Amino acid sequence: MDHPGWVLFGTWVAALLTLGIATFLYKDNPVYKFCEAVFVGISAGYWFVSYFWQTLLPKLGYPFYAGLKSWFVGPAQGPGWLVLIIPGILGVMMLLRLVPKAGWIARWPLAFVVGYTAGLRLITFLQSNAMTQLQNSVEPVIRYSQSGSFLGWESFNVLLVTVGTFAGLFYFFFSQEHKGVFGRVARVGTWFLMITFGAAFGYTVMGRMSLLIGRLDFLLADWLHLIR
Amino acid sequence: MTEPKDGLFDRLMRIDRRVIFVFISVALIVPLFFNVSQRIQVSPEVQMLNDAMNKIPDGSLVLYSMDYDPPSAPELQPMAVAAFKVALAKKFKMVIIGLWPQGPQQANMAFETATHYEKFSGTKLTYGVDYVNLGFQSGNEAVIQKMGSDIPTTFPRDYAGTPVEQLPLMKGIKNLGNFDFMVNISAGYPGTREWVQFGADRFGLKMVSGSTAVQTTEMSPYVGKQLLGLMGGMRGAAEFEQLSGYPGRALKFMVGQSVAHVIVILFILIGNIAYFATRKKKGA
Amino acid sequence: MRREIPTFIAFFVGIVCIIQFFIPHRPFGTLVDVFSDWFGIVAAFAIWLGALNLIRVSLERSLSKKKTHDRWYGLVVVASFLLIFIVGLFLSGGNQFQVPGSRFDYLYVNIYTPLSSTMFALLAFFVASASYRAFRARSWEATLLLIAAFLVMLGRAPVGDQITGFMPEGYRMSEVANWIMTYPQVAGQRAIMIGIALGVASASLRLILGLERSYLGGE
Repeated sequence: MDHPGWVLFGTWVAALLTLGIATFLYKDNPVYKFCEAVFVGISAGYWFVSYFWQTLLPKLGYPFYAGLKSWFVGPAQGPGWLVLIIPGILGVMMLLRLVPKAGWIARWPLAFVVGYTAGLRLITFLQSNAMTQLQNSVEPVIRYSQSGSFLGWESFNVLLVTVGTFAGLFYFFFSQEHKGVFGRVARVGTWFLMITFGAAFGYTVMGRMSLLIGRLDFLLADWLHLIR
Repeated sequence: MTEPKDGLFDRLMRIDRRVIFVFISVALIVPLFFNVSQRIQVSPEVQMLNDAMNKIPDGSLVLYSMDYDPPSAPELQPMAVAAFKVALAKKFKMVIIGLWPQGPQQANMAFETATHYEKFSGTKLTYGVDYVNLGFQSGNEAVIQKMGSDIPTTFPRDYAGTPVEQLPLMKGIKNLGNFDFMVNISAGYPGTREWVQFGADRFGLKMVSGSTAVQTTEMSPYVGKQLLGLMGGMRGAAEFEQLSGYPGRALKFMVGQSVAHVIVILFILIGNIAYFATRKKKGA
Repeated sequence: MRREIPTFIAFFVGIVCIIQFFIPHRPFGTLVDVFSDWFGIVAAFAIWLGALNLIRVSLERSLSKKKTHDRWYGLVVVASFLLIFIVGLFLSGGNQFQVPGSRFDYLYVNIYTPLSSTMFALLAFFVASASYRAFRARSWEATLLLIAAFLVMLGRAPVGDQITGFMPEGYRMSEVANWIMTYPQVAGQRAIMIGIALGVASASLRLILGLERSYLGGE
């Protein structure tokens, strides 16, 4: 598919599909709906094929085939591959969700997935997102340079992070009414959260604009060759 | 009784959104025609990332996890290309994987762009000896968890179906502890957060990350002890391109980014002025 | 037993995963390695379930007796799926389906990539339009949010430094944005992160102990 003819054809297909999706900006229309339907079908197929070749075949298919071959033809190998029957069966149970009367059996593999994820996340979130973050927030706020002079600005910044983190945590105590001293601290926490959300919004705008710039660059450079 | 005439601010409040779309399109298309290069200020996180990568000895074994798809490519592909250029310059041995199915294909494209860069056009690299692409594996954080103990069974074949035992580079690589460093390019879940939680915190992996702008603010608290550096969005990519000495697409697009940001700020200001002006009029 | 067995499975697997953090040796470490492999396989089947369900729903919609004008799009979905399915499974060199230059890679570059990228690129227009219509500085907090957003947006684009180039070093827009991102933003983000972590820990414990069984659905 590296032939220049195929490359040119592919670029035109890509450009027309891009413009087809972009017609939604004017209003919903059959061209957009067609492109959207193609996108949905192609995405589902892409994931289907990828998971087949990259996970199911190397982790289930080939070991099973090698194990069965060793049983009937030889040379003999250990029975370790038999354990793979279990995820195979769990996978088939998952697919039975498509059958209305047998759909309940999909709860077993779902429970396995939920248990595994919950077990790992309980510890990793506590460790990485709670304990380490608290540790990083509790640091000496009086800073000195190597020569012994007081670093006022750096000390202020560290104090700001510490105060901001704990004030923000005060805000999230919804079981306590936000009034009095508690309420005032929670209000300070709100200010830090507003700065966080403002920064997040700024970055979101930056991210979305980058995606559009990328598409426009494709249309103007790769398709129309109007820019380099 | 006649209705009061609509003023400018009333019309601005009711403006068709397609007018805004036209403004945005023009604002982003025009700068693309101007090839303006400019030096940009580097943020502390990208400086840390560059310093961390420079400290890695030449010839080190580095893991590249490409966890993104085409929609995020305008932001992340320049990061991947620059990271591969640094790897080629420092002769890293590279193991490329993906926790997203599209990741390894995006990695192939970025790697090809990097190897075609004029400085490296004479560099001879042998697949399986200097670099491998182990492809994608499903399981999200389960993949990282398993890589902590056994990589060959986690990735039994590379992206082209070659058994891992037949790749010379993979001999002696047992688990994450064998890697000197890790570069993660991430668009969401699974990605940087999972690598920090499992790779860095659990298995002690030294890592840096390139992340989409949308999730950069969420990853910033990890910078320091858990993440040795962070590139955020196209701006982060541009800063790294400048610092590493390999200017690319991200730097080129910074002009468009400037115009886009100014336009959005102007829209918000105009929207607020119109809102308060019409509110005042209704109140009066 | 339709709910008890899955509850026990979630409990057993969850507890083993927790214990292996503290006892990484056999049998817990080995069990979690095995579970990790199984997780990947089950996740792959879950993706297959999603894809097959989509095809089933699309076909039902297209072939139903109800004559709506957009029912034929279901056939487009199925046709697109079949195209990449057949090319990926049979016409792209098997395991080498992702090698650059293969037919599957061709579809990825020329159909999947432009469609998915453009879908997300449209968000740029909507974020601008929504900001114009909805972003109002109605309170002090909203104003603070706006100011932070403006400073970060200007600071993260070269135009910010061009506007404030006359200011002394350390006070230019990019440096202000850097300061916001490194200190006050991190403080707020840490508070959110710690809160979420405690919530995740609590929810995970409830799931493992079987106190939360909504994922099992109705009877």
